[in-house]
Amino acid sequence: MHTIFGVPTMALFGQLLIGLINGSFYALLSLGLAVIFGMLNIINFAHGAQYMLGAVAAYLLLNYTGIGYWPALIIVPIVIGAIGILIERTFLQWLYKLDHLYGLLLTFGLALIIEGVSRNYLGTAGLPYNLPDSLRGGHNLGFMFLPNYRAWVIGVSLVVCFGTWFAIERTRLGAYLRAATENPTLVRAFGINVPRMITLTYGFGVALAAFAGVMAAPIYNVSPNMGSELIIVVFAVVVIGGMGSILGAILSGFGLGIVEGLTKVFYPEASSTVIFVVMAIVLLVRPAGLFGRGT
Amino acid sequence: MKHVDPLGPRVLGFGTQSQTVGFAVLVVVLIAAPFITYPPFLMECMCFALFALAFNLLVGYVGLLSFGHALYFGWASYVAAYAAKSWGLPPILAILAGTLTGTVLGLIAGALAIRRQGIYFAMITLALAQMMYFVALRVPFTGGEDGIQSVPRGHVFGVLNLANDTTMYFFVLVIFIAGFLFVHRIIHSPFGEVLKAIRENEPRAISLGYKTERYKLMAFVLSATVAGLAGATKALVVQIASLTDVTWQMSGDVVLMTLVGGLGTLFGPIVGSFVILSMQYKLAWIGQWVLVIQGVIFVVCVLLFRRGIVGELAHRLRIRL
Repeated sequence: MHTIFGVPTMALFGQLLIGLINGSFYALLSLGLAVIFGMLNIINFAHGAQYMLGAVAAYLLLNYTGIGYWPALIIVPIVIGAIGILIERTFLQWLYKLDHLYGLLLTFGLALIIEGVSRNYLGTAGLPYNLPDSLRGGHNLGFMFLPNYRAWVIGVSLVVCFGTWFAIERTRLGAYLRAATENPTLVRAFGINVPRMITLTYGFGVALAAFAGVMAAPIYNVSPNMGSELIIVVFAVVVIGGMGSILGAILSGFGLGIVEGLTKVFYPEASSTVIFVVMAIVLLVRPAGLFGRGT
Repeated sequence: MKHVDPLGPRVLGFGTQSQTVGFAVLVVVLIAAPFITYPPFLMECMCFALFALAFNLLVGYVGLLSFGHALYFGWASYVAAYAAKSWGLPPILAILAGTLTGTVLGLIAGALAIRRQGIYFAMITLALAQMMYFVALRVPFTGGEDGIQSVPRGHVFGVLNLANDTTMYFFVLVIFIAGFLFVHRIIHSPFGEVLKAIRENEPRAISLGYKTERYKLMAFVLSATVAGLAGATKALVVQIASLTDVTWQMSGDVVLMTLVGGLGTLFGPIVGSFVILSMQYKLAWIGQWVLVIQGVIFVVCVLLFRRGIVGELAHRLRIRL
């Protein structure tokens, strides 16, 4: 058997793959957080809960209506995104003129509500979500076994992440968005409906979280706790990457997933804390974050 | 020109007249309370009130939202419990050990967190607290999922037996009042005035020559210390230190208590913690719905009731509380 630094290559690549999978979710979620923060100036604490809601919705669709994975991948983000729009219109729009911390507190409250309701109906144990038949099985690449679904998740996240990056950095709509982030008053003066853009941005960010939730459902068990555990790690990822750059959020998401995977191979005891340790080191060395502009 | 304080004359150097009255009422109520309600519940309330006072020192007077205050509270609780049980330290030394843990952790976490501002600050404090939660889960001395159980309360000065709930109550009351006066002293000192200046306009405070980072770090360490005192005392009150106290939910609870009572008010955190704890006890039977109710309270407070109970009262009566 081949080994690298005394670790069997199979185990090494296996953990790297898991790292990439986790990284996909870190990237998707931190991307959503960064987009929302850019427009709304609010840190969406409910992001984890909305991700969980995506997984739960996929589970409910499959088990109560028989609607499978593929339709869920489209339906769930649209529905949860619409709920997000409703949340922005009813709650968040009143907070833009207030201190940052109120946005955090309100979305924290929303996260508690969503998680509490889910726990009441689903319990705290994880519920399994069956893979669609078309994505079962896998390929032996010689140095490791690659399950099809995992390859699919990594591929789709990459496409979605870079699609979002392209839409924001390279299209006209994205240019409006960036302009409105810099100076909403001026953009409004040009006749662009900024409040509607803000609403849609939040809806898009929430839909992204729900999309990640559906993708996560077959990999992790569907459980009401899955969001809150993840969101705190994603916060650390966002602190490391800095929210100023979309590309930064994507790169640090995938990068930290890999770092976490490698830690599981070489020093498993630290795997749950390594991202936070990296965060502390980055704060010491580059306080503005790896891709941050100012503080 | 003679300086006239718009909020009324100051009495005995203790803030405003209304605050002195408030303090007197607080002391009288807390002395009478154990003869009316269940002392263990009141003791726990006082520990959480002290915790919320510590949290409010940061958010209410420096404008720094720490979303990871469970770190200092929970770890102080572990160290105090361990010191009392495994080292057999007397209660006062055990509490001091716990409090010191809060100070040291506050110094480390604070030094990291103040390197970023605004919303990042909240995320960093939350992430660091979560990291130490995982550490607490792993290291042997915390007892992992079991926690440290049946912590002895011991004897103060070898005489007063704290196993007696009434004795313990007045012991906790003394700690609580001392902690309250300490926080009050900080807020009303020249140091506290600089903190408020930083909260209102940090660039201006910098331009006036204040090294705001040092002030923020100092405030952070003081807040973590008081949170540690609260956690250490709680470990002896409930005689257990467990993972519950280091979770992000605990950090959220103290935010809620302070928000409900009134951010940036002297008495708000105390009122808020009594209200929230009473609610948690009364509604324990509905299980997970408590989480939902707390979420709803968050939303309602942020949208409609940002002053909190004490803040609203003070606003209506045009006094400072």
